Parts: sequence; structure tokens; C-alpha cells
Amino acid sequence: MNHTYHINIQKFSIHDGNGIRTTVFFKGCPLSCAWCHNPESQRFHRELMFDEERCTGCGSCIAACPQQAVFRAESGKAATDRTKCTACGLCVSRCFYHARSVVGTEIPVPELVRQLVRDRMFYEVSGGGVTLSGGEVMAQDMNYIQQLVKALHEEDISVDIDTCGDAPYENFQRVLPYADTFLYDLKAVTPQIHLEYTGRDNKRIIENLQRLSRDGAKINLRVPVIPGVNDGEEETQGMIALIRDSGVRLTQVNLLPYHRVGADKNIRLGRADCREFEPPAAEKMEQLKNRWQGAGISPVFIGG
Amino acid sequence: MMQRGMNERIRRLREQSENTPPRLSLERADLETDVYIKYEGTVSVPELRALTLKHVMENKALCINDGELIVGEKGDGPQSAPTFPELCCHTLEDMHVMNDRELISFKVSESDLKLQKEKIIPYWQNRSIRHKILEAVTPKWKECYESGIFTEFMEQRGPGHTVGSENIFLKGFLERKEEIRQAMEALDFIQDKEALAKKEQLSAMSICCDAIMILGRRYADYARELAAKEPDETRRAELLQIAANCDVVPAHRPQTYWQAIQMYWFVHLCVTTELNPWDSYSPGRLDQHLNPFYQKDTAEGILDDEKAKELLECLWIKFNNQPAPPKVGITLKESGTYTDFANINTGGITPNGEDGVNPVSYLILDCMDEMRLLQPSSNVQISRKTPQKFLKRACEISRQGWGQPAFYNTEEIIQELLNAGKTIEDARKGGTSGCVETGAFGNEAYILTGYFNLPKILELTLNNGYDPVAKKQLGLQLGYAEDFHSFEELLEAYKKQIRYFVEIKVEGSNLIESIYAKYMPAPFLSIITNDCIKKGKDYNAGGARYNTSYLQGVGIGTITDSLSAIKCHVFEKQDLDMPRLMKALHANFEGYEEVRHLLLNESPKYGNDDDYADEIMREVFQYYRDCVTGRPNMRGGQYRVNMLPTTCHVYFGEVMEASPDGRLAHKPVSEGISPVQGSDTNGPTAVIRSAAKMDHISTGGTLLNQKLTPSSVAGEKGLNHMADLIRAYFNLDGHHIQFNVVDRKVLLEAQKHPEEYKDLIVRVAGYSDHFRNLSRALQDEIIDRTEQAI
Repeated sequence: MNHTYHINIQKFSIHDGNGIRTTVFFKGCPLSCAWCHNPESQRFHRELMFDEERCTGCGSCIAACPQQAVFRAESGKAATDRTKCTACGLCVSRCFYHARSVVGTEIPVPELVRQLVRDRMFYEVSGGGVTLSGGEVMAQDMNYIQQLVKALHEEDISVDIDTCGDAPYENFQRVLPYADTFLYDLKAVTPQIHLEYTGRDNKRIIENLQRLSRDGAKINLRVPVIPGVNDGEEETQGMIALIRDSGVRLTQVNLLPYHRVGADKNIRLGRADCREFEPPAAEKMEQLKNRWQGAGISPVFIGG
Repeated sequence: MMQRGMNERIRRLREQSENTPPRLSLERADLETDVYIKYEGTVSVPELRALTLKHVMENKALCINDGELIVGEKGDGPQSAPTFPELCCHTLEDMHVMNDRELISFKVSESDLKLQKEKIIPYWQNRSIRHKILEAVTPKWKECYESGIFTEFMEQRGPGHTVGSENIFLKGFLERKEEIRQAMEALDFIQDKEALAKKEQLSAMSICCDAIMILGRRYADYARELAAKEPDETRRAELLQIAANCDVVPAHRPQTYWQAIQMYWFVHLCVTTELNPWDSYSPGRLDQHLNPFYQKDTAEGILDDEKAKELLECLWIKFNNQPAPPKVGITLKESGTYTDFANINTGGITPNGEDGVNPVSYLILDCMDEMRLLQPSSNVQISRKTPQKFLKRACEISRQGWGQPAFYNTEEIIQELLNAGKTIEDARKGGTSGCVETGAFGNEAYILTGYFNLPKILELTLNNGYDPVAKKQLGLQLGYAEDFHSFEELLEAYKKQIRYFVEIKVEGSNLIESIYAKYMPAPFLSIITNDCIKKGKDYNAGGARYNTSYLQGVGIGTITDSLSAIKCHVFEKQDLDMPRLMKALHANFEGYEEVRHLLLNESPKYGNDDDYADEIMREVFQYYRDCVTGRPNMRGGQYRVNMLPTTCHVYFGEVMEASPDGRLAHKPVSEGISPVQGSDTNGPTAVIRSAAKMDHISTGGTLLNQKLTPSSVAGEKGLNHMADLIRAYFNLDGHHIQFNVVDRKVLLEAQKHPEEYKDLIVRVAGYSDHFRNLSRALQDEIIDRTEQAI
């Protein structure tokens, strides 16, 4: 793999691990969850995002495009033929209204480390650090990721890795000595449900979870709660059983209620085929929390 | 609207305080004029001032509001604002404007107008300090002042902004009088050329001791009189206790916690009646001053936390009952608020260097939380030694969104004071007042001289010293924008202009300080400020132990982004040339949207932890600081800089064309050391990192406003994040940070339906204000400040 793109470096990130953190969101993921909050992180290549509401139809982008991929739609606003677009970004710098952006930035590890250590004071005061997220960190170029995690570790900065778990276990082994906590996502235990909603089987994900625990990794389990998909008794019972029966040790569990941000982003990425779900009710979240805690697993938090 | 306060008494008093419309009171002016007519020319100037205070205290209307436990009002009741014709003699037109203006208005009665016309104006119009100042300054100074290069704090308000110390609570005024007598006795008329001046000054101080004691005695009598008529037994007992308290203070040192608070309040009234010391007067480290009384009274069983808090809440109402004296003209623009800037420092460390948080500190936080009043402006000093419990309790109040308390860095303040030559003990007793200004409480006259418009000076630099708004040649002729062939040349010219205007400003301030020293001594304030008695010298003439003059830089964000955009596009990328930039600025970007886009969206900006922009900030700041710091003032002290705006960033923006950071003409410039509104896109940690690149320790205070979304500080976790942000900023030597935790949506709604948001309070600069009392421009500006979400 030649490129490791990230979509964003989020400072003052307070929902992905302990304390004040900086989260790097990498681009590209083996899963394609129907509820994905960051659909722009799913594909491994650079992509154009377009916010139609902001477009004034000035036409600057049409003139700027070397591929003739941008044209005027019937609405008078700009539209892009994504089969021609190479996400070169020339139109972005011509758009005065922030309607266009390209997601996917690549910077060498030393430069990225320099950026991440800037907030060291905040990490040290708050017990925070850096979180690598995605997309899927473990599905990136592992030379890049290992180098990054190791360099941060050498700077005495805590590194959490937010992962969906769907990667060869060797990848985990490469970062295990340097990582602090794995924020490990568990979307569903029933294989068919997992396959239907994420596009992938969960066998490797469950195995990796168990192996990581055996190898002494600190694991913070994170369960996105998607009504109608994994909030039923069967799934809940299955998840709890999986943790208990295989003796997986967790530092904590976070139940993350689904929210709709992703749907809007899908439209901006030109993907109309996204599915929508209802956000779970607060009582439902409380109920699930009690269910987990009742099974002797704690602490359990709602939200990140 | 639900009234706040711990019990029925406080709720009633609070409601009265909040719902009484501010009005003028000419009582003080009237009494003062009588004294001047009688004595002017027959007694020395300091004695004349002292006789004025005494006459006012002998004759002013007394007021004990129903149910209150701490007594005394500046005017004849709550929200009644005396005028100070000896400083600024308002014209009849001024008075009509004050009455009619939509914001910061004061009701003026027909009889007031008549009195003003027939007595006050004829006597004072050519005698007022404002008149003297405008006669004395150079035409150049006046032109710069009128064009908004700088403002002048003392043009219609006396030098004030000072803070009391523990001495107020340790000595009664009989004892002070004796001290003064001894100092007079020790005068050396054989050797000391200044002996006569000292005698006059000390004699004035002695008269002022009488003035405050007369006020105390009158209140004791009045409380007894009311008690005699009072049918309710409980209230009668309270009134008798008030009378007993006033028998003790201010003549003697306070014996109880209740008397200690009453003592402070009498002192506060006398300081703010003697002159109009803008930014009022503050009790300083109130928790430390009150703690010995609290400890003693609780041990003796005559005080519990409930009562102690109730007395604090009564004091809070007294502060809130006093609107800042009415302002007009540019002074109103630079400080458009009723807030009188009394500022209470809670926490910090003790003079011995130990953690200063005590039980009263927590009571003050509870009081702040419960009262939610604009005045007194409350802040906390956070030291490395401050318990996390205290910091988190303060955060819990601050995150409710109304901007109080603000947070100050004790260690940084101490370093600032040491750097300015104070002893370690005086430094530890110090703190901040007004907005964020550092001073050695009880020992220092630290006077703010005015705001200085840093971005405007770039506008002049780009126009060969010509002001395109005022249409005047104000600055040096160092060439037009096109004549600068490198960024360094431009910066060099900018610096020369800065120096040029700083010198005009300082020259004017020196003159004004001399006018105050000569014509407007403050003998009462001198009694309670160390070492005025010892030196036999007035507070306004260098009598205090330390004497600093501050000049406040405004718009560091706007100037940084402007220079950064020029450097980036004109000199480095060269995708924009100077003639085109200048045309775009003159046209307010109409027809030049592309140019604005480049400047606004494609340039490195301060507030993002981007060294490109932050280095420019540092260079401009350091030059400005070095240009000001160390210049001698007229009181034996030096000039230093602050970085804060009150509401002046709105006014300074009004007098400017569009600027090279993409700001539109006449829109506000950036406030404090905060980034340009909306330009910080990397979150609060990046803002804090950028702001910390300024050398705060070499200033006399900086102001950083940080807006946070309610969700980012929600819950226990959010409280920790807020506390962590503060600790991190303070570890990086930041001076001050304050938060606006409010949804943008709420502010937009409040702008549309002010009647539904009458109680919405927001952080403006170093103070909070009702959103509805802010000008539209200032409301917009606050909405534009970035909301740091996650």
C-alpha cells in the first residue's frame, strides 16, 4: 500500500478515550457499516465532498476543473461527475463559499508526530493523549502506523487505537507494545446480522478481541447502539455472553447511541443509497446499560 | 422570571436591584458646588476636596432598604448614579441623550435639568477636568483621539481602578486619624521643601477620616430611628444590630464578620463618592480578609454558614445597586456598560505563599452562583496549590454560561508583579481588578490610560500615514503600500508608526496625570492606600508604594491576521499585489470577493497554533510592549502594557476601513488576545497554545475569551475537561481565561426576542453583561466568536 490518508486531525477530542486527546481519523475501512458516522472515512482514496446548500452557482469550479468533471446542474448549482473526478482539489481553492472540499491528506510520520506533540501539555494535565481512529487504523499501511505509534510512545504520549477489529492479528501485534488502550468496536455477535449491516463476517473480529485480551491489551469495548439492528435481547445477551464466556477483560464499556450526522455526509459524498435509522431513546440506553452492569460488567457508559 | 437568592429577603432585594431603572442623582453635584463656592481659594486644593467629601457625607440622603443588612447607597437609593461635574460637566444635551438613549440610559428628572442648567453648568463648565484636559493637550493628540487611534480613560473619569487590602479590616478611622496626626507632627519644616504640601495633604486626609465617621454615625442614628418605628420584632432587632454595627465601624476596627462587611461597604462608598474612579473600587482578596472574622464568629457560635452567606449576598446587592457613573462620547463607546467593574478575587495564595482557599472562598462561590449578578464581577485565582475541588466548583458555575467566574493564574500574576518590581509579599497579596489588570492590592495606584488601536495603525501605514476614514494625515509619511518591497520593509514602517503614536499618547497621558495630581487629589483613597500617609503624598500624585500606568493594546488578532495575509499572498505566493489589495480594501471588497476569499480563507491565522501567524503576533506584541514598557510616568512609576478591550474593539473597528485579514469595514476588530472572531478552526487547545506564545509575564494582564458549546463541558467529564484546559493554559503561563458557554442558537433567538431573554448574561470582555444591554454590533460580535465544538 502506498498511501496513508487521514481525513481529519481533531484536537480537543474528548469522546475517544481518557482526558483531552487529539484524534487522527484515517481514511479507508474494510467494513461498510450502514450507520457509519464518518462515511468519508470508508474508502481508501481521496474524495471530493460537496455541500449543495452552500453552492451559489457562481461557476468558478466548473472553469477550474481540468477533467471537465464539474458541470452546472438543472438547479443552477454545480454538480460533479464522480467517474471523471480525480479529487485533485483545484476546484476547492476556487470555491469562495466553502461548498467543496477534498477529504484525504497524506503527511509523513515525523511531520504528523510534530503536529501531535503540540498539545502535549493538555495530554499531560488531563491524562489524555493521541487516539488513532478511522476508517480503520489496522487496515492502513502498517509500517506507517507502527512507526507512528512507536514514535508517540517514545515521546511518552499515550496512544489509543480505535478499531473495528477486522484486520490480520499480526497488525495488532505490531502496535501492541506501544499502544495504551484499544477502543474496540463490537457491532453485532450474530454473524448474519454483522454481514448484512457491515458487509463483512465477524469471525476474525471476535477472535482478535479474544487474542488481544489474552495478550494483555487494555480493551475498552464500544458498542454502537443501532435500533432494530443490535439493540434486541438476543444481540445484547450474545455480546454479554461473548465477553463473559471467553473471559475477555475490559477496562470499560461504552454504549454509543446512533446519531444521524452520517446521513448528511453521505449526500455530500454523492452517495444516495445510505440507510437511515432512528436514534435510540434515552430510556433504551439506560436499559441496556443496566443490562450490561447487571451481568457484572462495569463500568458502562452511555456515549463516548 | 424566577428571582434568585437564598431566601425571601435576598430575593426581594435582588428584584429591587434588578428592576429599578438607573437614574441620575444631582445631590452630590449640588452639595459639591456649595462647598466650592464657599471655600475655593481660601483652602488648599486637597483640603477643598476633603471638605467636599465631608459636606456630602454630612448632608446626603440616607437609605436603608427594606430588609437589608448592609447599609449605604451612593445616591439616594438603588440605581441612583451621582454625577461628578468637577471631572465632566454634562451639557443639557448630554443629559437628554442619557435619558433618551436606548442602551445604558439614565433617567433625568426636570428638576435635575433645571439644577444642571442654573447651578452646575455655570460653575463647572470651564473648571472641569475634561475642560482642562482638552485645553491642554496638543492638536495632534486631539486629532488622534478623535480618529480612534487611542482613547483616554481619564477624560471624564478620575484615575481609579484600585483595590483595598487587609488594612481596611484591621484599622478603624480613629486610629487612621491618629496616624495622620503623628505624620503631621513629624513634618520637617526646616529641611523638607515639600513640608507645606504634605501638611495640606495630611490635613485633607484627616478631614476625610471625619467624613466617613460622620456617615457611620448618621447611619447608626438612622437605623435606631427606623427601629423605633418598626412594628416587626425581628426587623427591629436587625435594625438595632445595624445601628450597633455602625457604632463600631468605620470609627473602630470591625469586631465581627458582619461589621467587617459593613466596614468595607462604607469605605467603598467614600472612595466612589470622593471621585469617579472608573472601574470603581474592589475589596480584593475578600475571602482572606473575611476569614479571620468568620473563624472567630463561628467558633463563638454567633455565625453559621447560612448567615455568613446571607451577608455576602447582601453585599452583592449593594454592589449591584450602583451603576457606573454615566459616560458620554468616546468613553461610552470604549466602555459601554453599567458595570462598575468592582472585581473580587477569590482563592489564590496567602501572603506566606500557602493555599489561600478557605471556607469563605466556597461561600463566595455559592453566593456568586445563587445571585448571578453582573456586579461585583467575580473571579477566581487558581494557583498550583489550589485544590481541584475549588477549581471544579468554579468551573461548575462558569459552565452555566454567564461568564463568571473568570479564571486567573496566581503564579503568573505573581511573576508579573515581581517583574514590575514588587516585593514577594506585596505580589502575593495582589491580584487583578477591572477586567484583567494586575496590581499590588492596597499598595499600588495602577492607572489605565487608554486603549491603543493596533490594526488601525497598519491602515495608516498602508496609506502613507493618511487616515482614509477620518480623511486626515495623522501618521508619518513613510510611503504607500506599493512602496514597500518586502514584508520586512512594511513591518519596519508599521513599527515606526507605532512608536510615533505611542509617544503622542504617552505625552498626553503625562499631561493628564499632572492635571489630576494638581487639581484632583483623592485624600480619602490616599488614607487607605499604603504609603500615602507615610509620604504625605496623594494617591493621584505618586503617594502609593507603586505607581504604574497601563496602556492597553487592542486588536492583536486582527493585526496579526492582516500582516500574515499580506506576507503570505503579496510577498510570498505573490498571487495578490498591493495595488489590488488596496483597491479591494478601499472598496470594502465589493467587486473583490476573490481577494477577500484569499485573505479570509487561504491565509495563516492566529489562534490555530500555526507558527507562521503566531510568530507575527509575537513580533508585533513584543515591539508594542517594548515601545511602552519602562517609560517614566509623572508619578514616579512606569508605563506598562495590558492586552484587553472592554467594548473598545467595537469602536476601534467602527473607525476603520476593511482590513487585510478580510474583515469588512467598520466591523469590530478582535478582542483581548482572542483570535479574530471565527478564524480559530482548530479548537480550544490550539487557541490556548497560540495565546500562550505571547509573553504574558511581561504584561500587566491579558484577556482570553473562549466560547465552548454546552455539550463539550457537560457532566462530570466535561467539568474535568474545563478544569484541564485551565490548568494547561496556566502551566503555559497564560494570565486569564473566561468562558462563554452558550449555544449560538440561543444568542440568535435572544437577539430576535430580547423580551424573552431578559436574564441572559454573557461574557463581554473582563466582565459580564446582560445580552439585551449590548449594542447590536457587540451582540453580533459575540455571536461570531467561535463556538468550540467537538
